[in-house]
Amino acid sequence: MSAEDFLSGVELISPTEFAKQKVQAVQDYVLLSAQALGNLFRRPLYVADILQQADLIGVGSLSITVLAGTFTGAVLAMNSASTLQRFGSLSLIAQLVSVGMVRQLGPVITGLMVAGRNASGMASELGSMVVTEQIDAMRALGTDPVKKLVTPRIVSTTVMLFFLTILSDLFGLLGGSAVATLLLGLDFRQYWTDAWQILAFSDVFTGLIQPVFYGFVIASIGCYYGMSTRGGTQGVGRSTTQAVVASSVLILAVDAFLTRALTLLLGFH
Amino acid sequence: MALSSQIFPSESGVQPPSDAVVFENVAAVFDDKLVLDGISFRLPYGETKAIFGVAGAGKSTILKLTLGLLKPDSGRIFVLGEDITQMKEDRLFELRRRVGIVFQESALFDSLNVRENVAFRFMEEGKTPEDQIDHSVREALSFVELENTIDMLPSELSGGMRRRVAIARAIITKPEVLLYDSPTGGLDPITSTNIIELLVKQRDVYKTSSLLVTHRLQDAFVMATHSFDRGSGHMKRLPPGSKAEVPMSFLILRDGKVIFDGDAHELAHTQDEYIKKYLS
Repeated sequence: MSAEDFLSGVELISPTEFAKQKVQAVQDYVLLSAQALGNLFRRPLYVADILQQADLIGVGSLSITVLAGTFTGAVLAMNSASTLQRFGSLSLIAQLVSVGMVRQLGPVITGLMVAGRNASGMASELGSMVVTEQIDAMRALGTDPVKKLVTPRIVSTTVMLFFLTILSDLFGLLGGSAVATLLLGLDFRQYWTDAWQILAFSDVFTGLIQPVFYGFVIASIGCYYGMSTRGGTQGVGRSTTQAVVASSVLILAVDAFLTRALTLLLGFH
Repeated sequence: MALSSQIFPSESGVQPPSDAVVFENVAAVFDDKLVLDGISFRLPYGETKAIFGVAGAGKSTILKLTLGLLKPDSGRIFVLGEDITQMKEDRLFELRRRVGIVFQESALFDSLNVRENVAFRFMEEGKTPEDQIDHSVREALSFVELENTIDMLPSELSGGMRRRVAIARAIITKPEVLLYDSPTGGLDPITSTNIIELLVKQRDVYKTSSLLVTHRLQDAFVMATHSFDRGSGHMKRLPPGSKAEVPMSFLILRDGKVIFDGDAHELAHTQDEYIKKYLS
């Protein structure tokens, strides 16, 4: 295909139309999210679906969370070691790993890992249901697909990401302790004492409030792209990719805003 | 006289329930394309109306509008005497209990087995006892002659079997209106005939009003020339020259407009060149 042929097949879109589409997409996303949250106060609540999703999302993501947490903690310890050694402060490594994992890396890395695994899964599953008319069939059979499919995924992801983050933090500290004791020759007991004592309420609060937001972002973005899938199997593939990209970027953006907001709100640094 | 003035003598919004489905000057636009351009028709109780048109003519859109899955951009739609044009989703859920639909590709839930698919509505409502659900499922599956598939997953069924399970799912609540979206599309002739026989049975035994979207003219003509014989349990061709009539009509769409709405006799004697070409 020549470049001319290729360009003749490309549909050009005016900047105004592009902006309108984006605003429309944000509006649709906000409406879907609001509807999904509103469903928490309307019967039926689909407890069985919530538990099933919690198993798929939470238990299913256990291995990647544990591995990601362990290696992040280990790498953090290794990278910090050379810098700390220059200042003769190698003993501070436990504090550094502890605060770094609990405040920031644990929640963000876990969020990104779960986004990669589950936002794509939700987008492809719901997208396939859209293109095979299963969503229409569900509505035709008197069931609200947002209530049955979207709300349980949002609730499950939000709750399970909270616990996955705690696990990730723990395994990050374990990874750090392995490096500190086996490679750097520090005392195991001293490492854990330092890691524990350095943590303040603000660190733990900051670290545990983040997964609540990230969980919501992952599930709502995954479901939004799934439910708005158009164009057959190609559309499902496109939705899946967009869901992972959008949820990952949004997690980092929310992280920046949340960190600033918590700093201002609670006055810690 | 315009169809609307024949059907709606007043603007009160209350339509006397003489027809199962009424479209009044309905227009629908999707992606800046005018799919339906002010179409009007009515489906009397007990009648089956076959809807024809080339691909993209808006046939499936009519079914989705009838069920309230899509909203028209203008015009009004009445289903079982209720104006559904601006009806909220919560109220539509109640109305949809009285309307069944068979989707083009069956749209069975692939993670649920046949029993769960057919019983989906009952299970979601949670009001029907388990033994009664089981009885209704077996009855619906027996109607489509698929009782032995009750524990199978949709992926284990052939295309024709999936279509029949979709029919069972649509009729389990004994709806007053049935919507069929290309129920024989992509199926072999024998399976297609079996499906059409089920449609004739539903029409003649249960007197269900239906809209049938199809590309296959022969299916609609078979339905117009056959009736269901309870004795033999099969459909039977009406004798040539027979005065007996089956409640069957035809609607043809072109460029978003209705270009024909009448019975088989009128269709066979039409002078419209486009329709003649379409029929040939």
